[in-house]
Amino acid sequence: MITVSGTLLAETIDDPTLVDEEEVRQSPFWDWDFAFEAFPEMFMAFLQVTLLVTVLGTIIAAVLGLVIAILLRVLPRPLAWIVRWVANFIRMTPLVVQLIFVFWTFLWMDALTVGIIVFGVHYATYMSEVYRAGIDSVPKGQWEATTALSMSAVRTWRKVVIPQALRSTVPSLGNYAISMFKDTPFLLVISVAEMVTVAGEIGAPTFRYTEVFTIAGLIFLAASYPTAVLVNRLEKRLAYAH
Amino acid sequence: MDFFEDWPDYFEVVINWSDRLLEGLWTTIQLTIFGGALAFVIAIVLGLLAGSSSLWLRGPARVIIEFFRGISLVVLLFLLLYVLPQLWMRNPDLPFEGLVRNTFLLAVIALGINYGAYGAEAVRASLTTVPKSQWEATTALSMSWPHKIRRVIFPQAWALMLPSLTNLWVHLLKGSAIAYIIPFVNDFTFELNNLRRPTDIWFSHAFIGLVVYFILALILTLFMQVLEARAKNKLGRGPSLREIFSPDPKTAPPDASLPDSPPDPKDMTGPGGGPKQPASGAGAQPGGIR
Repeated sequence: MITVSGTLLAETIDDPTLVDEEEVRQSPFWDWDFAFEAFPEMFMAFLQVTLLVTVLGTIIAAVLGLVIAILLRVLPRPLAWIVRWVANFIRMTPLVVQLIFVFWTFLWMDALTVGIIVFGVHYATYMSEVYRAGIDSVPKGQWEATTALSMSAVRTWRKVVIPQALRSTVPSLGNYAISMFKDTPFLLVISVAEMVTVAGEIGAPTFRYTEVFTIAGLIFLAASYPTAVLVNRLEKRLAYAH
Repeated sequence: MDFFEDWPDYFEVVINWSDRLLEGLWTTIQLTIFGGALAFVIAIVLGLLAGSSSLWLRGPARVIIEFFRGISLVVLLFLLLYVLPQLWMRNPDLPFEGLVRNTFLLAVIALGINYGAYGAEAVRASLTTVPKSQWEATTALSMSWPHKIRRVIFPQAWALMLPSLTNLWVHLLKGSAIAYIIPFVNDFTFELNNLRRPTDIWFSHAFIGLVVYFILALILTLFMQVLEARAKNKLGRGPSLREIFSPDPKTAPPDASLPDSPPDPKDMTGPGGGPKQPASGAGAQPGGIR
């Protein structure tokens, strides 16, 4: 590929404009054998990389997001202001550029680690907003009660505020986990072998992309739609319980 | 980290490359605007269909929305780039061949469809948030469907959906960075990435690149907040634009320009006790994007 530079993707996925059209015309549009051949490898990449990044990234995002939300509340004003704008900055800049940036700045880090950390931190800035809304929704009376009972700050957060704040945030966190899952193909810019990258690698030698990308899309649909329905149901149940 | 040591070098490189960087920036802006426009049209059409009472309209719209929301942007992009042109390769008689080979157009379409499907959800949700009595009143006045949507329902839904649409547009801007892997679409990220090779001071370049994206996102947010203020003012909630931009601090709302300023409770409900509205800003909209 001529136009893409600097990434390993250039070596794995062809430029569609440089394809031998005669060859394409003679091959079938859909080849079941090829599809069955490609599926296991793609599914392994899905389990080993895509899911790993999603799960670890979500854990980092959920924890770090809570830390950010608490910091915004606890820190003195100027410091909280700095944290808020750093979070805004990370949230409003592209994940793709962040991935490339971190990958080429910290060269000693493995691409998969970079991916997990960048996804985790990027989504932490989203989740911090969810947590913030949750914390804000804790009634003022609860805070006053902890003061009346002369609870320590740590105890107030751990035993009173966070349990109440977390409850309403679960569905939104689930939505962001799904969103992160669908963003994992961005990892191909730092050549992590996640599912779509592997799909491209499988298709490249023969320019057979129909099967691999269709399978990739179906796997994404099959994984994200039921989860989304589940999260939705949870949301309704929680709303009902309130 | 070499930023402070190498800054003379750094400026020299940026000046040498400024033409290409600006060209890339222009491509990114075009992707954002065209993609956003397409996404908006798709969102309105699919949102209205998904919100209709007829199952024959609602069902297909739902399927389309869930399909393009569930499929990842990158997969959609690759399907358009690598699979769609095959149809034309196999059947040379099909019209519009030039369009399918236009990778920029394909990028716009991928962004538009993907974020349009998200936006349709926002449009549908805001349509259902318009108070039921408003729908009933239009029926009582026997307004035609286009008439009631245009004059009664949409202006109210518009103010409600704008915060979500703002978020989505910022998401689209960020998503457009993936266009750098597309051949012949040399967007800002592509040109930025090209800077990596002639220089060893990648850190500073990438950081400035992030800042540029951040500023673009802030501009989008500001623009949308102006639209939102205008929409609310037209509904009789909140001050007019003239009041907001006037130097007199009494009429100006506090911090309307900050993306994460906490929503003013007085803005949230109209004088007539209008519906509660979602918080505005580029911040996370729980469930806004899934």
